[in-house]
Amino acid sequence: MAKELKLMKGNEAIAHAMIASGTDGYFGYPITPQSEVMETLMAEKPWETTGMTVLQAESEMASINMVYGGAATGKKVATSSSSPGISLMQEGLTYLAGAEIPCLIVNVMRGGPGLGTIQPSQSDYFQSVKGGGHGDYQLYTLAPASVQEMYDFVFDAWDIAFKYRNPVLILSDGAIGQCMEKLYTRDYMPRWTEEERRKNAPWGTWGKPATRGHNIITSLELDSAKQEVFNHKLQAKYREMEAKEVRYETLNCEDADYIIVAYGSSARISMKAMQMAREKGIKVGLFRLITLFPFPTQQLKAVAQKVKGILTVEMSAGQMIQDVKLATECKLPVEHFGRFGGIIPTPTEVLEALETKIIK
Amino acid sequence: MTEEIIIAGFGGQGVLSMGKILAYSGVMQDKEVSWMPSYGPEMRGGTANVSVIISDERISSPIINQFDTAIILNQQSLDKFENAVKPGGMLLYDPNGITHHPTRKDINIYQIAATDKAAEIGIAKLFNMIVLGGFLKYKPIVTDEFIHKGLQKSLPERHHKLIPENERAIKIGMEIVKPYHTL
Repeated sequence: MAKELKLMKGNEAIAHAMIASGTDGYFGYPITPQSEVMETLMAEKPWETTGMTVLQAESEMASINMVYGGAATGKKVATSSSSPGISLMQEGLTYLAGAEIPCLIVNVMRGGPGLGTIQPSQSDYFQSVKGGGHGDYQLYTLAPASVQEMYDFVFDAWDIAFKYRNPVLILSDGAIGQCMEKLYTRDYMPRWTEEERRKNAPWGTWGKPATRGHNIITSLELDSAKQEVFNHKLQAKYREMEAKEVRYETLNCEDADYIIVAYGSSARISMKAMQMAREKGIKVGLFRLITLFPFPTQQLKAVAQKVKGILTVEMSAGQMIQDVKLATECKLPVEHFGRFGGIIPTPTEVLEALETKIIK
Repeated sequence: MTEEIIIAGFGGQGVLSMGKILAYSGVMQDKEVSWMPSYGPEMRGGTANVSVIISDERISSPIINQFDTAIILNQQSLDKFENAVKPGGMLLYDPNGITHHPTRKDINIYQIAATDKAAEIGIAKLFNMIVLGGFLKYKPIVTDEFIHKGLQKSLPERHHKLIPENERAIKIGMEIVKPYHTL
């Protein structure tokens, strides 16, 4: 597929972006509401065109460990799942972070806890940015709010993953995954040649030349002193991401009396609520998070200094609100509005919440 | 121009594909579009619905709860969405199987006997295109030319020979749709 205008679902966009961005391998296991990712890959048969491997593993645990194995060689390897499946992958994720393996994980969230529901939700925020697995680690976490971003963020994910040797998470939800919108596709980026891979991933286990020692991929270090040094290195990497890789979007924040903070499909719903509020003469702005880690702490703090109150909107019982309160140092009222268990809030409900909880 | 539409009926009536053809036609006509289905267990025999937005501007939320137009194909959907039509908006419904007809006085209501017509002329599979014709008669937001292109884009190539039949069904819909209550 060359540069073209299409109409497709968010999940399909992820699959097409994987092929177009030169992804070497995808390992996954089906689960609603993200099954179209692998369905699209299987239908497109990229192994016949770009040479990309697509394999249905026997479970989510197998998928994430296949990602570990493939990505340890410096190849671009991805997986996708939805909330319960992502929970099963948490051990693999902390190992990937601990071994500093660049890779891409896509979570198209559904309602929980447990098997929960197959309808959209955003209740995996804590799991995504507060360490779903053990140990001090972070995933660079992108929250797309449109089909176009589902596509574009796959390309961005590979840049970040290899720049920082870190797993990247695209945290989406069933609404963006299932929604069809216009999409401008890009020209194919060919998969890396063997030479390019060795240059871009000099740390990879792609064979030992006589000119250097062994490349070892592991997350185990029995010498605690060395492990602490390594942890400092990881933390320095995360701080660098916070300094350089924060992404967010502001809409109508310049003259706003109140702002809504949201990400993903909640940001789209909030955008409509913001328009409805403006029609009523209430000056509302939208601060849309694009990266959840790193969180745009300083940028939000600056915007918050000029407003009277903040409503956070998330399809959860209130998770992201904690980071908003930390960023704004509890200096102004911050309230949460959310529906959960697979119920999507309506723009009208968001506006009502804004009026009753914040404006009063 | 922004047109916010809900299409609702039983799974299998072609609700989702009608929305897709409409959305694709909008794309071809250089509009902004979104297509947001209800998905999951509802698809297997129960009710199915899809929100379609066609606009000249960037679409804020693909998830909406008030509509300019509701296209209603069964009683449950009528009960659920009649009150979700914006005042002054449009409700188009197939009276087949409807026992409690819409009662609102502040919207334009049209009937289209698409189920009966499709059965009568033996094109049951094109039922949804008859309904689409009824919608386009009163809301010509996409033109014939772009509906044609939308059909080309949304139907797999092996079905392209059926495009003239689809277009004929749309024409039939435009002919049989009739006002039920108008402002």
